[in-house]
Amino acid sequence: MIANQERQLAAEIRRISGVNPKLCMKCGKCTATCPAFDEMDYHPHQFVDMVDKGQIEKLMQSRGIWTCLSCFACLERCPRMVEPARLIEAVRVAVIRQQGQNHLKPQDIPGLLDDELPQQAITSAFRKYAK
Amino acid sequence: MQVNSEFKPTIVAFCCNWCSYAGADLSGTNRLTYPANVKIIRVPCSCRVNPMFILRAFQRGADGVILCGCHPGDCHYTTGNYFTRRRMTLLFSMLDYLGIEKERTRVEWVSAAEGAKFAATMNEFVETVTRLGENKRLEDLRCKN
Amino acid sequence: MLKIGVFVCWCGTNIAATVDVEAVAEALSHEPGVVFSTNYQYMCSQAGQDMIVEAIHKYDLGGVVICSCSPRMHEATFRKTVQRAGLNPYMLEIANIREQCSWIHKDKAEGTEKAIILGKAAIAKVHLNAPLHAGTSPVTKRALVIGGGIAGIQTALDIADAGFPVDIVEKKPTIGGKMTQIDKTFPTLDCAACILTPKMVEAAQNENIRIFSYSEVEAVKGFVGSFHVTIRRKARYVKEDVCTGCGLCTEKCPQKKIPNEFNLGLDNRRAIYIPFAQAVPKVATIDAEHCMMLKSGKCGVCAKVCTAGAIDYKQKDQLIEEEYGAIVVATGFNPIKLDHYDEFAYSQSPDVVTSLEFERLMNAAGPTGGTLLRPSDGTHPHTLVFVQCVGSRETRDCGKPYCSKICCMYTAKHAMLCREKYPDTEVYVFYIDVRTPGKNFDEFYRRAVEEYGVHYIKGMVGKVVPENGKLKVQASDLLTNEQLHIDADMVVLAAAIEPDESARPLATMLTASMDTNDFFTEAHPKLRPVESPTAGIFLSGTCQGPKDIPETVAQAGAAASKVIGLLVKDQLTCNPCVAEADELMCNGCSSCEKVCPYGAITYVDKEFRGPNRTTLLRRIAQVNPAVCQGCGACTVACPSGAMDLKGFSTSQIMAEVDAICK
Repeated sequence: MIANQERQLAAEIRRISGVNPKLCMKCGKCTATCPAFDEMDYHPHQFVDMVDKGQIEKLMQSRGIWTCLSCFACLERCPRMVEPARLIEAVRVAVIRQQGQNHLKPQDIPGLLDDELPQQAITSAFRKYAK
Repeated sequence: MQVNSEFKPTIVAFCCNWCSYAGADLSGTNRLTYPANVKIIRVPCSCRVNPMFILRAFQRGADGVILCGCHPGDCHYTTGNYFTRRRMTLLFSMLDYLGIEKERTRVEWVSAAEGAKFAATMNEFVETVTRLGENKRLEDLRCKN
Repeated sequence: MLKIGVFVCWCGTNIAATVDVEAVAEALSHEPGVVFSTNYQYMCSQAGQDMIVEAIHKYDLGGVVICSCSPRMHEATFRKTVQRAGLNPYMLEIANIREQCSWIHKDKAEGTEKAIILGKAAIAKVHLNAPLHAGTSPVTKRALVIGGGIAGIQTALDIADAGFPVDIVEKKPTIGGKMTQIDKTFPTLDCAACILTPKMVEAAQNENIRIFSYSEVEAVKGFVGSFHVTIRRKARYVKEDVCTGCGLCTEKCPQKKIPNEFNLGLDNRRAIYIPFAQAVPKVATIDAEHCMMLKSGKCGVCAKVCTAGAIDYKQKDQLIEEEYGAIVVATGFNPIKLDHYDEFAYSQSPDVVTSLEFERLMNAAGPTGGTLLRPSDGTHPHTLVFVQCVGSRETRDCGKPYCSKICCMYTAKHAMLCREKYPDTEVYVFYIDVRTPGKNFDEFYRRAVEEYGVHYIKGMVGKVVPENGKLKVQASDLLTNEQLHIDADMVVLAAAIEPDESARPLATMLTASMDTNDFFTEAHPKLRPVESPTAGIFLSGTCQGPKDIPETVAQAGAAASKVIGLLVKDQLTCNPCVAEADELMCNGCSSCEKVCPYGAITYVDKEFRGPNRTTLLRRIAQVNPAVCQGCGACTVACPSGAMDLKGFSTSQIMAEVDAICK
């Protein structure tokens, strides 16, 4: 049994992300395609499954939501248009909303830049740490 | 929203024999309910429905008329529903001009496989017409006995 | 006034549970003209039908109203019943109080009230019914099969065996279809060519079968029993009856670098070619797009080497007109294009192949002579990765939402053949689900795993990257929750199958309906699986949905038996519910002719008596009852109200409207 609160949270994640985890046919292409696989404790297909089962607390405490590169490869390749990346993003939003603070402000960015840093990393960091 | 629960509109549904009538049968087979005020008239094709029939229905006190046919391109007679679409666009805008609200008339494409769509359409249509209330614009009081 | 009998059916409890049948019978007995009204448990049963016959005799009924299930269900049954009693079968109306009343309403009072109104509408209509007599139309005893694959060949053979002439129209230069390209068939692993080519020869030699290869259907007119079809025989620039199929021209043609469609572009052919050694008809064809002689008038080598003198550069497309009683669609399938699947590097590496290409690479008559070699460098592959469901079960635009059905089995076959021929290979199959329903199918798949040691991994391949002559495959193993990295030599993609692109325009020509995936729809998904809803059109093979060979052959036989059942009839009974013009009201304006989809309306000049003993010549519409299908489009188009539809006349429908609105 999932607690009522967690069920509400799951519904909230679905609402923020606009993703219906029921569409997943469990093929694992998202996980197969994930470049950050080794860094993640829960993998994209597990994310979808866990949101479907309503196990949101576990996801909110996981390291995986922060190591996700938000490269959107899983979203691009999913054959059923489930879009796991959006779910992961929604969980991140939920965490930040609970903590109630932004980790990254635009004015901090120039100081963090170096020549090696790919453009996508900045976008990704902004996606993750500023809501 | 205030809906007069007493008012039961009379709805005439023209269904083409090949798609929509079969769709209506399917919604029955699947026990999908819709209000009893919908009465279906079987026609071979939606293009058999003469605008006269619709005017007659309103004249005799119908509160809403819905016309169902095969999806465009799927007509059993190849092109029948294209005629329906054009004829009804003209007729409905004329009826609108005469004061019969656009919501009282409708053309819907229902295939033989869409029992659920048929029931949903009818539920929605009855609800809309109920909200509009009784149609008195075209009703011929001489026809009332 | 017409004497009417009303019969209310209980349908066991199906109707009686939510409709008070006795009250309905009682209420309807007071309607004008009703002289007899009753109810019974099962009207369609023998006892129920006898009751109707008896009542017709006893009360001298002129019209019958039956309140029962949908007319789509039992109208034909009850028509026969009233006919048995000597009444015209069209003096019957059915009020649908089951599907459209008792089954959808829960409240008994409400259901009863509605049933009474529906009954009243039927009574109002039957008062205006007129006896109708069905005409007949002749049946042309010849069938057309569109598509010459295994489905078309089997259908044609079966029809021909019953003694009817059949024509096969095939757009490619040879019949045989996809099965000619397949190496082995599952689950028996017998050679596809060995079982197919005898059938192709049999079709060619059968006296009742004519094969129009390299031809397409151009236009279809008419209706069941007499379709008028125009067939375009494309110019192959070779006289079919003169060419001996020696193949000399195909060796001497200087145009050497044309991708060979038969081997899916894995090798080249010449501009004049015979698709493969066992082609039927075994006749060369010139590819006009690449032939120098046809393009610029400079070459003519094939004509010089041809000892039979079969080459004819001036040949033109030929149009053939023929009458058919029935048409069978057997247009088949193609694997989908993989342009949108960049993640599998299909367009980047020649070593990523589709399953059909793999089939050619394993085939003894294929580009490699049956030795499995990598297309890129011709070396022997050691690690092979098979990816299933590429494009199948996919809701993205580039994929297909359905399961292609055959991929699980042919992938198991490929993996097994690979391990059998080359025990030094490692074979990985990535699957989402393994679906093997069918006789000996699951055993076959398990044998691939248990006896042949194929590695089946539950998961999907995420990406394939060509690097240093290898293919780096990144995939997931969902059971161990791991990401796998495999250095493969070849990747084989089980591409989804889709209906042939010719199916859609053909369906429009035939007015046969299709689903959203362009598969032809059947008249009933369970009970009429080989007939199209359009009368006289039958379906065979994968044009109706994904199928393997045994299923295709079974369906082909079934379609043939339906065609034979149609062709043995000398006459077809027409639908008597057709349009009719009132010649006194018609003013010959041609409005009805313009909307008729069948061309059933023609105009004649007819003499009418005028005032003072004069005669007037007036142009009036005439409907051909054999061609008219009774849609009623003309009745609404007619400005003078001269056109009416028998069985659904304007006055009848008006009467129904009045009864419902009262």
